[in-house]
Amino acid sequence: MTYPGPDPGTLIRGRLPSHRVESADEPGSDRVRELRRRLARQADRAGLLDVAYRTLDTPVGKLLLAATTRGLVRIAYPVEDHDRVLQTIAERVSPRVMRAPARLDPVAWELDEYFAGRRQVFDLPLDMQLVHGFRRTVLAHLIGIRYGTTASYAAIAVASGHPRAARAVGTACARNPLPVVVPCHRVVKSNGSLGQYVGGVDAKQRLLSLEAAA
Amino acid sequence: MPLQPFERVVEKHGAIVWRVCRAIAGPNDADDVWSETFLAALRAYPTLRPGSDVRAWLITIAQRKAIDRYRAALRTPVPVAVLPEVTESGQAGAADGHDDELWEAVRRLPPKQRSAVAYRYLADLPYREIGELMGISEAAARRNAADGVAALRATYQAADEASCQQGSSP
Repeated sequence: MTYPGPDPGTLIRGRLPSHRVESADEPGSDRVRELRRRLARQADRAGLLDVAYRTLDTPVGKLLLAATTRGLVRIAYPVEDHDRVLQTIAERVSPRVMRAPARLDPVAWELDEYFAGRRQVFDLPLDMQLVHGFRRTVLAHLIGIRYGTTASYAAIAVASGHPRAARAVGTACARNPLPVVVPCHRVVKSNGSLGQYVGGVDAKQRLLSLEAAA
Repeated sequence: MPLQPFERVVEKHGAIVWRVCRAIAGPNDADDVWSETFLAALRAYPTLRPGSDVRAWLITIAQRKAIDRYRAALRTPVPVAVLPEVTESGQAGAADGHDDELWEAVRRLPPKQRSAVAYRYLADLPYREIGELMGISEAAARRNAADGVAALRATYQAADEASCQQGSSP
């Protein structure tokens, strides 16, 4: 040992305020948490927040909500894996993705009202950039299915101009980037059975029961 | 590997960059330098080559922001003696007297030693990366950090002996 006494690293780490005041998992973690919240607001003001996101606890699980400056771009169920969904957004929309609840406040309020049975129609700007072609046509028709009612995959196929494309309608529903708000849960099989759902069949059942009760 | 959501970058490197900001810009400017660093990083992020060393990239930006701030401060002299010490939520302040001394000792180190000490002991960077950041060899980075720590140790031992001779402080 060249140095008598404690190891130099311990000296610095132990004595500097940033290592002494906050003894939590990460030094300076409280301060950094506050700085991160501030950064999201600064980024938004500077026009650098291409995608803002937050999560929302609901009766059908914790939903991921993401919005561009144009509108709501993605709602995701836990089974879709929120981390993977955010990665896809980074690749397909923009990597400037930050947790910034403020932009999603109106979305959170309307969803809360919906799950409380106090809202039947969503009044939110939507950014449909993650959907193209026939799938986008299908989603446009889903928005026309009224609260508390259902339509069959076959009927939506007819409405979308491709009567033989019921299976493609099913795919469009399964890949709906905005479930709940674009009500793919209101599309069921012609024989009356529920069919599949992006958030799981339980969630679909739950949404339809909620709407039937209101 | 494609770029991750920027939030992951802040999550992963935010604390380390803050420690570096604190070491190279000082406690009063650390928060602002941190914010400027991450805003600049966010602005440039979409053009960052995937697979880049994100931590080294952030620390380079932080270093530049700290220098900008230092130069701006030189151009605008502040009457330091007149301004009262600002304490945020009572964290800093009188109780931190001993740490302020260490802090001042770090600030008084020659720039290369100060940076090397900060990168090594606050950011936990390997000497190879420290050398790249500072534009010097790995061996030179190692020497600068060792010299810096030796200088700090000398300052500290002198201060401790002095306070022992004076007796206990209130």
